[in-house]
Amino acid sequence: MSEVLLQIDGKEVRATEGASILEAACAADVFIPTLCHHEKLEPHGGCRLCMVEVEEHGRSKLVVSCIYPAANDQVVTTRSEQVDRIRKMILELLLAHAPDSETLLELGREYGADRNRFDKEASFCINCGLCVRYCAEVKKADAVGFLDRGTRRDISFIPEIAARECWQCKECFPLCPTSALQAAYVLVSSLAFPGARHQAPSEC
Amino acid sequence: MDSERVDQIIEEYQCEASALIQILLRIQEEAHWLSSNALHRVSERLGVSMTRIMHIATFYKAFSLVPKGRHEVHICVGTACHVRGAERVLDSVEDATGLKPGETDLDLKFSLETVNCVGCCALGPVMQVDKKTYGKLSAADTVNLLQSYE
Repeated sequence: MSEVLLQIDGKEVRATEGASILEAACAADVFIPTLCHHEKLEPHGGCRLCMVEVEEHGRSKLVVSCIYPAANDQVVTTRSEQVDRIRKMILELLLAHAPDSETLLELGREYGADRNRFDKEASFCINCGLCVRYCAEVKKADAVGFLDRGTRRDISFIPEIAARECWQCKECFPLCPTSALQAAYVLVSSLAFPGARHQAPSEC
Repeated sequence: MDSERVDQIIEEYQCEASALIQILLRIQEEAHWLSSNALHRVSERLGVSMTRIMHIATFYKAFSLVPKGRHEVHICVGTACHVRGAERVLDSVEDATGLKPGETDLDLKFSLETVNCVGCCALGPVMQVDKKTYGKLSAADTVNLLQSYE
């Protein structure tokens, strides 16, 4: 496969054609913050935190680096005043949903995000889709999925499938940036496998 | 709805996963809701995951996961209908059926919903029962109309 040559934060970077800017940056040890990215999963473009400034054909624009393909002669800036402002805003909005998420707070400190800027609406889930996509793409179990849409979108386990698959797996737990997933799991466990805790004393 | 009827509908669409929404719409139309059994049957026959079906069934307002009445009453409360007295029409329907918007009565006769525009503002205030549209309603008309439904 042919290679493309681009510049990321002043570094000359080679990337295979079709790779995203985020992948190119990771390979060149340039850090771009992400919440919904996972190397085993298809890019999702959900959290928008990996927004970078790209200059190509003499124009500069803001793109989401995890789904924007790297190309020849791009000049990528991963930190700029504009990019930082956008990331700060995204983090503040997400912190209204999950004010105590360590992942978000750490990024918030980096970008000066104020966790109290917006009224709290603690849904805890930030809809990054990591658990949903991991369950579908890697485990092929489809035990957890999205429900509803827009501001009411939420994750939910399907009890019948969760009863079969989840007890042994739980691989989605460490992926969740806000731990909302674990809460959803505990809620569904009373439906899906009541009494399972007693059967597995080592887990208590 | 029994699973044979669900199977019949699925077969009309040759078990095509791409016809999922059409199949769900047909089940909704006939049974007035999507039961858990029907959804599991669709999932099984089309080979579409239950998470995906639930995502779609909760995404569109046309689908309901709880039983709806035989007649779906939609009262327009959009701007034009509001100005022309939709509020009074809604009140009289609420009184006649004992329902609030979003509710269904116990013998599954009526479901009441408010909608924001049905596209014929000149006829306001407008009420739709099932697929039939009634315009220029007065509060008394609506009660008579609803009584004609079985």
